[in-house]
Amino acid sequence: MKRRNFIKKATLSSFATIIGVEIVFGANLMEGYQPLALQKPDPFKLFKLDDEMVVLNDKPWNIEAKAHLLDDKITPNSKMFIRNNGKIPVDIDAENWTLTIDGESVKEKRTFTINELKTRFKQHTYQLTLECGGNGRSEFNPPAKGNQWTVGAVSCATWTGVRLKDVLAFVGVKSDAVYIGYHAADTHLSGDPDKEPISRGAPMHKAVQEETLIAYKMNGKNIPVAHGFPLRLVAGGWPASVSGKWINRISVRNIEHDGTKMKGTAYRVPKNPVAPGDKVKEEDMKIIESMPVKSLITYPKSGAIVKKDQTLTIRGHAWAGEFEVSKVEYSIDFGGTWKICALENPANRLAWQHFSAEIQFPKSGYYEVWARATDSEAISQPMLLPGWNPKGYLNNACHRIAVKSK
Amino acid sequence: MKPSSNEYQKLLRKAERLAYVALLTLLLSLCLMYFRVYDPSFSVFEEKHAEIEGHIEEDKIENGIHLSTGFVDDVGLMTVVNNCTNCHSSKLVIQNRMNADRWNATIKWMQETQNLWELGDNQKVIVAYLVKNYPPIDKGRREGLKNIVWYELKN
Repeated sequence: MKRRNFIKKATLSSFATIIGVEIVFGANLMEGYQPLALQKPDPFKLFKLDDEMVVLNDKPWNIEAKAHLLDDKITPNSKMFIRNNGKIPVDIDAENWTLTIDGESVKEKRTFTINELKTRFKQHTYQLTLECGGNGRSEFNPPAKGNQWTVGAVSCATWTGVRLKDVLAFVGVKSDAVYIGYHAADTHLSGDPDKEPISRGAPMHKAVQEETLIAYKMNGKNIPVAHGFPLRLVAGGWPASVSGKWINRISVRNIEHDGTKMKGTAYRVPKNPVAPGDKVKEEDMKIIESMPVKSLITYPKSGAIVKKDQTLTIRGHAWAGEFEVSKVEYSIDFGGTWKICALENPANRLAWQHFSAEIQFPKSGYYEVWARATDSEAISQPMLLPGWNPKGYLNNACHRIAVKSK
Repeated sequence: MKPSSNEYQKLLRKAERLAYVALLTLLLSLCLMYFRVYDPSFSVFEEKHAEIEGHIEEDKIENGIHLSTGFVDDVGLMTVVNNCTNCHSSKLVIQNRMNADRWNATIKWMQETQNLWELGDNQKVIVAYLVKNYPPIDKGRREGLKNIVWYELKN
């Protein structure tokens, strides 16, 4: 008996290592299940995902939504993209989890428990748009290296936590502070304990925005493990990699943070426009900050057939990084004419905005419905791919769906 | 009244049968109890099967595809499997399309930052395999909509 149990425990813990996440109720999972699961861990069960989510990568886990899955005004966990650079931490102990604020530019290093953060600082809740910097990468030509995201690496959930600015003010920041950088509990794919999979951050002006949170809740519940349980830095409107998951340390730096994926070409685009396929020197690249204006038609699903006189209702969301969306239009003639969509105000700054329109088709046939958003700076989405860049970031080309009227 | 010897024999046989049934039931319940306590998942019957299945699947090739990784079966396949799927998934390789220059640059980047080992002569084999089986496709400035699944939209 002892030997058998030992073998089972060993199998289960190696299973946890392989899939990179602790198995809740693992003991219940044993019954005749692990041999199959060991070969093919099922991310849909593991992360409680909608059946239609698309797995781009299983080591590390990278999973995206499809446009029509994002129809909810507030993205539920089951339809939220998962982007990982390393392995999801195992054996997370939220009770004893701490967050340390350190770095050259803090007056004194300070460590907080989660409970202390919750009791010492005021709690705030915001809807925040998080989009992967590489969302839309699959369309670039020549192709760019990395996970080939299509349209679904974006979400807008409700995040609850304390303001980073309140925590920084409590700890005390020196006047030479220029950047914050996070450190987290995820582990490097190579297994090297000295390497961090990712350690990014933001300049002070972003760090001290009211909406920049150290969050402990997503959509009113504990943050799901895949999204950063128990603590996540959330900085809406910027590449989602700024919103570090499983964070245990934030360093206030007197230089631009130099953690993993801050340097080289990661999350950077050319300072000046380049021709498709050009080689760009590292010193000619700049860090991506606010994400560009973009929109997504989430209803109906592409491929709808409507009756000749049927009015088609379309709806979706639009967002614009640090800015607000001022206008969303649609076209059924490939941009020949544009009509205005109804557009709601954001729930708060950095939340995506919902649009809708009623469309009548003049005659039967094949149509594409294209949506185009314009931000408060009067910048619109391009219909073609925007400027090529070596890593395939910031594709904000118009989204479109196919519709037949008959 | 004393039972006749015939009746006595009958009673004896009945008792004997009852004893057999009782014994069998006891054995069966002991057996069930063993599994309940020591092996509730009855894995003793499953493990062998799973092991054999896993072993066969590892290097199985079907319709020109290496089943456990999804890679195309071609010269260099196992060199790619052995050098390129230790840290990351084969899915990351398959979805990326590059020419030889960019693959070589990517390998250099992985060696400098991601703990990839020196590949020696294998590098040529790997890059040749990737360029042949996963070449870049010219997509132009914007592709048309593909793979549309048509459905009737109810009001």
